[in-house]
Amino acid sequence: MDFKPKIIGFLCNWCSYAGADLAGVSRIQYPPNIRIIRLMCSGRVEPYFIFEALKSGIDGVIIMGCHPGECHYMTGNYEAEMKYQLLKSLLTYVDLDNRISLEWVSASEGIRFAEVVTNFTNSIQKLGPSPLKKIDKDSELLFNLNALQIAANDYRLRALIGRKRKILDEGNVYNKKYPKEKFEDLQETAIYDEYQKNRIILYLKKENLSVKDLSERLSIAPNKILEYIVDLRGEGLIDLKDIQELTPYYTAKQEA
Amino acid sequence: MNELITEPKSESDNEFEPKILGFLCNWCSYAGADLAGVSRNQYPPNIRVIRLMCSGRVDPVFVMDALIKGVDGILILGCHLGDCHYGEGNYEAQVNYEMLNNLLKYVKMDNRVDLGWVSAAEGTYFAKIVTDFTNKIRSLGPSPLSSKSNPSKELLLNMKAIKQVVYDPRTRKLVGRERFITLHGNVYDEKIDEDEFALLLRDSLEAEYIRNQIYFYLKESPSSVKDMSEKIGIDTKTIFEHFLVLRQRTLIDLSEIKGYSPVYKVIK
Amino acid sequence: MEKIGAVLIIGGGIAGIQSALDLAESGFKVHLVEKTTGIGGVMAQLDKTFPTNDCSMCILSPKLVEAGRHPNIELTINAKILKVDGEAGNFNVNILKKALFINSEKCTGCGVCAQECPVESIDLYNEKMVINKATYVKYPQSVPLVFSIDRDKCIGCGICESVCKAHAVEYFQKDEKANLNVGAVILAPGFDEFDPTPLQVYGYGKYPNVVSSIEFERILCASGPYSGMVLRPSDGDIPEKIAFLQCVGSRDIHHAKQYCSSVCCMYTTKEAVIAKEHQHQVNPTIFTMDIRAYGKDFDKYIIRAQEEYGIKYVRSRIASIDEDPKTHNLILTYESEDGKIITEDYNLVVLSVGLNPPNDAIDLSNKFGFELNKFGFCKTLPFSLEETTKSGIYVCGAFAEPKDIPDSVIQASAVSANVNSLLFPVRNTLITEKEYPEEIDVSGDPPRIGVFICHCGINIAGVVDVKKVEEYAAKLPNVVYVDRNLYTCSADTQTQLKEKIIEQKLNRVVIASCTPRTHEPLFQNTLREAGLNPYLFQMTNIRDQCSWVHIQDPEAATDKAIDLVHMAITRVRNHKSLKELSLNITPQALIIGGGVAGLTAALNLSQQGFKTYLIEKEPELGGFSKNIHTTLEGENIQSYLKSLISSVEKEKNIQIFTNSELENISGYLGNFKSNILNTKSKEETEIEHGIIIVATGAKEYSPEEFYYKKDERVLTQIELENILETSEEIKKKKAVIMIQCVGSRNDKHPYCSRVCCSEAIKNAIKIKKQSSSTEVIILYRDIRTYGFKEEYYREARKKGVIFIRFDENTPIEVIKENESLNIVFKKPDGNLLKAAADLIILSTGMEAPRNIDSISQMLKVPLNADRFFLEAHVKLRPVDFATEGIFLCGTARGPANIEESVSQAKAASARAVTILSKEIMTAGAVTSFVDENACTGCNICIRVCPYNAIEKDEMGVANVIEALCKGCGVCAASCPEKAILVRNFTKDQILSEIYALGGNLDGF
Repeated sequence: MDFKPKIIGFLCNWCSYAGADLAGVSRIQYPPNIRIIRLMCSGRVEPYFIFEALKSGIDGVIIMGCHPGECHYMTGNYEAEMKYQLLKSLLTYVDLDNRISLEWVSASEGIRFAEVVTNFTNSIQKLGPSPLKKIDKDSELLFNLNALQIAANDYRLRALIGRKRKILDEGNVYNKKYPKEKFEDLQETAIYDEYQKNRIILYLKKENLSVKDLSERLSIAPNKILEYIVDLRGEGLIDLKDIQELTPYYTAKQEA
Repeated sequence: MNELITEPKSESDNEFEPKILGFLCNWCSYAGADLAGVSRNQYPPNIRVIRLMCSGRVDPVFVMDALIKGVDGILILGCHLGDCHYGEGNYEAQVNYEMLNNLLKYVKMDNRVDLGWVSAAEGTYFAKIVTDFTNKIRSLGPSPLSSKSNPSKELLLNMKAIKQVVYDPRTRKLVGRERFITLHGNVYDEKIDEDEFALLLRDSLEAEYIRNQIYFYLKESPSSVKDMSEKIGIDTKTIFEHFLVLRQRTLIDLSEIKGYSPVYKVIK
Repeated sequence: MEKIGAVLIIGGGIAGIQSALDLAESGFKVHLVEKTTGIGGVMAQLDKTFPTNDCSMCILSPKLVEAGRHPNIELTINAKILKVDGEAGNFNVNILKKALFINSEKCTGCGVCAQECPVESIDLYNEKMVINKATYVKYPQSVPLVFSIDRDKCIGCGICESVCKAHAVEYFQKDEKANLNVGAVILAPGFDEFDPTPLQVYGYGKYPNVVSSIEFERILCASGPYSGMVLRPSDGDIPEKIAFLQCVGSRDIHHAKQYCSSVCCMYTTKEAVIAKEHQHQVNPTIFTMDIRAYGKDFDKYIIRAQEEYGIKYVRSRIASIDEDPKTHNLILTYESEDGKIITEDYNLVVLSVGLNPPNDAIDLSNKFGFELNKFGFCKTLPFSLEETTKSGIYVCGAFAEPKDIPDSVIQASAVSANVNSLLFPVRNTLITEKEYPEEIDVSGDPPRIGVFICHCGINIAGVVDVKKVEEYAAKLPNVVYVDRNLYTCSADTQTQLKEKIIEQKLNRVVIASCTPRTHEPLFQNTLREAGLNPYLFQMTNIRDQCSWVHIQDPEAATDKAIDLVHMAITRVRNHKSLKELSLNITPQALIIGGGVAGLTAALNLSQQGFKTYLIEKEPELGGFSKNIHTTLEGENIQSYLKSLISSVEKEKNIQIFTNSELENISGYLGNFKSNILNTKSKEETEIEHGIIIVATGAKEYSPEEFYYKKDERVLTQIELENILETSEEIKKKKAVIMIQCVGSRNDKHPYCSRVCCSEAIKNAIKIKKQSSSTEVIILYRDIRTYGFKEEYYREARKKGVIFIRFDENTPIEVIKENESLNIVFKKPDGNLLKAAADLIILSTGMEAPRNIDSISQMLKVPLNADRFFLEAHVKLRPVDFATEGIFLCGTARGPANIEESVSQAKAASARAVTILSKEIMTAGAVTSFVDENACTGCNICIRVCPYNAIEKDEMGVANVIEALCKGCGVCAASCPEKAILVRNFTKDQILSEIYALGGNLDGF
């Protein structure tokens, strides 16, 4: 096997990076594939970074932070977890979710750090090279990944995730605590919708398409597509281009 | 090495003819052997001589290799103390020999290796020393490691462990500095008592021997502390402590937990 | 005599470190003298801390690093005190720095010497459970990271000298004497663990599977001897049944350790919980007389231990331990609470050893001339637990009385307040401010990057092909200079580095060496000395996370090092000069609450010349203490309170607002503006202040149960004390029954009120003194007379006070039959008892005052579930709020007695002085900022920020208060509009690292 995975580790300064240092001082050996990017807090990790990493051919990304309740910034790692869950959900659509991982490693867990890295490296080794390594610009995978990335970076999902902990732990604006399962459902739906809408935009950027065309390309029922089209038009992201024999054709605004 | 030493021809089916290896220094002992020849001093034909420039060149690893290959006896001969052509080489030979002798006691192989001093003028003495040693080995019988003896796996493993101990940098550092520290004074210009040093050395050797035994046993198959304790015949507490050292050195790691007992394995 | 603006602190444990940091930040030169070879003390040995299960090293090591590199703190390790002269304000102390045999200036801490050392010796840090070398460092994260030679073990072979590339080994290093001239001395030598070897009954030292609690702590620790697995020493098996035995060397009259060690109940519970967490197979049982969970959130922890982890508590003291010689299991014999003799097998026994005075206590006491108490701990003054019997010499931490980490940290800050008030006139006289050359403006210049690759002796170069790394780096765009150094951190390389920056006109620097966590400040300092902004710098770790962990694969390690250097170079191109923030400080304080805590804080601050505003909602000062006559120890509270109030009233720097409340508040650290409303006159006053101390206190629980207020024979302890102090009424009473935990440790108040046991015992003793024939019964769940208070528990029993434990699950009933008052309760053995009483005394707990939510909301500081204020960090920032510039003390923080409240008040004051003593404060440059045009005002950043560092301005746009921002970057990652940016961790900078590795868009 000649595949040497390239792995990025996002480590928080206070616990995980210190744990990695301890592994070093204790000379605990682990596979050399990981490249560490030090951040002050695991909560700094934006899903966007991981998309960029995957798109540049990185085979795996692992995020490490302090154990829950031990964050140097008190709650940063909880925020990291929220974002990670979002990311994980998004990446399942393109089967890349098993290339990312989130782990908690404390400053005294040198051995654990080495174990975590070893296990993750092995799992990536088993998966083989990232399909994004050698890929042409027009591939469907890249197309979908772009749609997901835009979704992750867009207002709606970021706003949802940004409020998630507050809503779950302290209650929403009506001072009501929101059941976790219900929120998760809502989040899944939002992710799905945002993903599909961004795919539509990306398709419409390339060419003008009808609801029926889109329905075929996205394998989604036409009535659902129409709902998305209405939404997107409402947000001013797409426009009606022309109507051919009773069938409207749409186009995306280039700045969308 | 088996090819090196041919079977002595006179051996009949019942009579044991030992294979003996001699390490001789060039300047005294080898010359002594030559003198024995010139003087036609007769001695048993079992010894095969390897000439070295100095008895201090005898690396304990050589001796271990020879023993593992099934040689029945090893005789190291050098200049008399104080007469070394290189000053103090034979003293180093002595230090190494004593260390090895200590270790070989664990496997009851210590009486198969001897160190002696023979000068260039002592042809007769050379013949006597060789004769005596050959007789001694003859009476001991074949080495338990020779092909005839069908050596036990356990003994082979222990010999490998001892070889690793004498090969180990830590042992070599200690032994290598022994004379310097006990004779000339250490870096603080203090002399450390010979007995005190010997004690420290013995403890280290024993510890390293057990650790290497454990290591080689684990290499064969993963084992718990308890099973290892039974194999080696040392109490579980001591064995456990040695496991910890090996783990600290990242030579072994946890393999699984069986019931309440962790099982360890060798890393790679 | 002239006062000296320097302080000597003896002991580098957590208490000593906290005092050192507080005083160094308040303008004093600090000499921190430690007897071992590294600071950190016992806390560095702990795995986790209760009640949060925080990783001890994670929270401690930033403090170690801070203390190690603070310009005003001079660390001296391996030292002892020789001689002391002088008096408060001016002491001369001779110390002996014992030789380390390794030059600490030259040692880089790389550890090759220890690796090559052929001598095995014991490792004290790991409680002798693993081996160390004769050349060693105390523990891997040690500060200072300097190796030393154990001269007793060293055989002098000379190998370390020959392998040390830094030439740091000095076999002929001599002990050195030094003279320190200081204004005050703080004693923080900590404690020694009780050695159970002489107590034959436990078989410690005889049976391998009997270990001490601190040994067990190391067993639990991931970096400990067993790598965090729970194993037993005799055979390395997982011990299914673990018995923890409490009070070994505590509460034991037979072995002269009569006091309670205060911390064992909690640390044992923690050890049991962590053991269960690490190894699900184990089942811990704790044998104890009382469960002393008297601290904040402690009782909840005990409940969790029982309910979530299945930890069992058995109320008993073990009679004997025997060993089954075959299995090495231990056979425990004890009497259960219902009187049965039980014999049980355990696989491992942990002795919860108590805290002893440190072994140099007598020596210190002789040299410094302060007194020890009868237990050998430092004697302290009434109402001032930090003052010794000798003026100018103070004490904090476990040396004053056994205590846990937060209480030690509180005292460490409190002691700083004492030093502040002694030495404030000579503040800032002995500290050195470093002068740097003017910063070169590099903005707009094309990057000129210098790359320095460290060999770290052979630590890096022995594995990584550094020459290859150098060649690779040299080819990258903008790299104009590449060099390799034997040790980049050595003093001579710093000089070279400076020269090269100037000579090569470098405007970006990359150093590839070890960990930025310890070395970044050093290199940044060198950049500043060369006139470069310290943020034009990036460090990458090619040792700890490369050469050391990929020893077997040099080629891959080299590839990794190349990638890491490439990433750093790509990133540094995007670095910009950053300015550290300067903040003007208004040297005035606002204190909310005029009880003992508020008064103490006000007095301490005002005496140092800081204008102080004190608000009290009641018409007069004094708070709840007005109702209490004496302390358990018999000190007169009323006269203390009177003199405190009169001092405060006389102090011209204090402005008192009685009948007043805080109306509103704005601003932040250093620059607050508040309105104070007089609730009677409706008069409003506007004030400006730099800090806030919250001392709003607590109130007594007012019982609705037990016929209180319905029958005059039912009273509270406060009311009883009043009768005892003002009349001889008690002589007429035949039987007094006290009920503990009224309004504490129940569903409504699930916490211990800490003081009620002591109050009950105090009054019980008073009753017995006045009328020995009066029968006194105390019905309790646990008697929590922690520390030296245990003595009074014993005295009460000696005087004939009867203590009966009641079953906590069966409510006590008070029944009126005819005219007599009867109490019915169940004992833990199941027997129902009935007793008649002339007086029933309710030991009522504390609860938060009603108006507490409004203060919490106004100051934006959180309350915990019990409605006491929540500190920034339970262990290490006990009187700080997460919001900078706001502090907390007294019973508003949680139940505390008067002396503890005084300590907390002083601590809050000292913490405040670290701000108030500076005209201008500088804060880190790594902060976030808002792109006003992109912000939509959605509030998400405000919610995710744990420091209240983001607010909305009049335009509805988020605004970062940089003084409060800690730079974690969570806001930036959460902002839906990507409108927040974090300096030094910008999106571009992070992405550039990713792209450098991914190979796409290179040269971003």
